[in-house]
Amino acid sequence: MLAVHNLEVVYEDVMLAVRGASLSVGRDRVVALLGANGAGKTSLLRAMTGLLDVHRGKITRGEVTIEGRRLNTGNASSVVRAGVGQVMEGRRVFVEFTVEENLRVGGHTAGGAGLEEKFDRIYGMFPVLADRRRTTAGYLSGGEQQMLAIGRAMMSDPDYLLLDEPSLGLAPKMVERIRDLIVEINQAGTGILLIEQNAAMALSIAHHGYVMENGITVMDASADTLRADEDIQEFYLGVGAEGTSLRDVKHYKRRKRWLS
Amino acid sequence: MATVASTLLAGLGDGAVYALIAVSFVIIFRATGVLNFAQPGLLILGTYVTSVLAVDRGVPFWVAAVIAVLVVAAISMGIERVAIRPMIGRPVFSTALVTVGIFIVLLILAFRLFAARARTIADPWQLEQWCLVQGETLCAVSLYQHHAGKIAVVAVVLGLLGVWLSRSRVGLAMRATSLDQEAALAQGINVGRMFSLSWALGGGLAALGGILLAANGSVVQANDALFALVALPALILGGIDSLRGAVVGGLVIGLVSALSSTYQPIHAPWLGPNFENVAPYLVMILVLLIRPYGLFGTKEVQRL
Ligand SMILES: Nc1ncnc2c1ncn2[C@@H]1O[C@H](COP(=O)(O)OP(=O)(O)OP(=O)(O)O)[C@@H](O)[C@H]1O
Ligand SMILES: [Mg+2]
Repeated sequence: MLAVHNLEVVYEDVMLAVRGASLSVGRDRVVALLGANGAGKTSLLRAMTGLLDVHRGKITRGEVTIEGRRLNTGNASSVVRAGVGQVMEGRRVFVEFTVEENLRVGGHTAGGAGLEEKFDRIYGMFPVLADRRRTTAGYLSGGEQQMLAIGRAMMSDPDYLLLDEPSLGLAPKMVERIRDLIVEINQAGTGILLIEQNAAMALSIAHHGYVMENGITVMDASADTLRADEDIQEFYLGVGAEGTSLRDVKHYKRRKRWLS
Repeated sequence: MATVASTLLAGLGDGAVYALIAVSFVIIFRATGVLNFAQPGLLILGTYVTSVLAVDRGVPFWVAAVIAVLVVAAISMGIERVAIRPMIGRPVFSTALVTVGIFIVLLILAFRLFAARARTIADPWQLEQWCLVQGETLCAVSLYQHHAGKIAVVAVVLGLLGVWLSRSRVGLAMRATSLDQEAALAQGINVGRMFSLSWALGGGLAALGGILLAANGSVVQANDALFALVALPALILGGIDSLRGAVVGGLVIGLVSALSSTYQPIHAPWLGPNFENVAPYLVMILVLLIRPYGLFGTKEVQRL
């Protein structure tokens, strides 16, 4: 069990982004984390995986545990070594590297051992990547890059995989494939935390779900309950037609954040 | 014909050293995002330590050189840890200024250490030459062995570095870190260790560059540190973030200055004396006019 206990995250010592988030993910589960733009989902993920430092953020309260032991969230490397892998928001593949080099970097913590078997496993899961192993990652399509990002994270053989909006910017067909892959990964024994704005996609495979608002996990229920919930239907499942425009807003916002 | 051969060898020999120094800049630039202005200081420390060991203590030259490279690599790593690491997240301009400060400190240190004395480094080549054309009493056209020696050393060192960076697990992690720090962290790479390693490598290569610069049978002084700056046109020519660019840029600059020092006084004397020192910058400006990011540079680079 990977669990977050009442976590609080502050950026630059003043900006409170997560103000009390709790959740847990079992190894046999797919758990969805839903929430609008700016709800604090990514911040929570960064906090769990030791990436707050680069954003000048800190955990000011609470902790993360894995199988009951405290996870050293001060150090990204030890988080990966403890068995928690992640697919970052926006894929973040190394665009100048080939597909295979990206995968090798994903296997960094495991050392050189068993590299070939891992390649085989990942290539079996993602045949597209196998065909393009010598291709520069920057030339892959968005969907292929997302698969590469997932494959890269799987190279460390994680017990838990945290995915931040893997469906972002992908065509519906590709979203479906990514969804099926997530199910496959879960069934092979990896617990999944799936952060999504595409609630329909997330709730279609999740066992359990959380909803985050203003940095707080305000809802904690089974996926069935969430699907039936009126608020969820209105705010997250009803946006279907507007989905694309929401994403445009998001891209715009993100670019602004980088510039400032 | 013999003059051409002699000029080309000299150009490639010097160019190889420029290439090495340019590579040392690129390694640190790619890791930290700053042009490390302290490199000349590290370079001259490499020369100094070699001289002390090889000349004063009688340690064999190659052993002295290896120790000097390791010592300077350690110093460089220390500088990163103490002065550069805390600057992470600050504007690169501030970090670049810090390296200027470190350069001044190192230069003052070098002047103290050399104590106004000119030194030699007891390299194996000195002024040995192969004679191509025998004159009446002296050799008319000759090849200096130190040029060939420099080409060989640089080829081996940069060849190994290239293979290590592209094949080894740690080399790959280092390149990943320079591409996207946060994504590298997310893969479990110890990014801090990669910074240390980059600075150690950059410092060690600069030290080797200083040793090779001094390996021409003449004496060195503290202010020879500034020779490191000849690597700058090479660096900019190649594109500041490209290793391959640094190597090509270094060789081009070496050849251009050798060719102009041999032929410009004969064919274009009106350009004045010491034109070979200006020629590299002219080439650099010409290339930048056509390719603003250098020969191999990436477009996004606008950091300092
Ligand atoms: N590096 C940062 N420095 C300061 N504030 C930040 C930083 N990153 C995020 N924030 C702020 O923290 C809050 C939560 O942002 P976060 O990115 O975690 O939300 P999110 O739920 O992932 O949103 P989205 O769905 O748009 O990705 C926002 O108000 C955001 O502006
Ligand atoms: Mg987010």
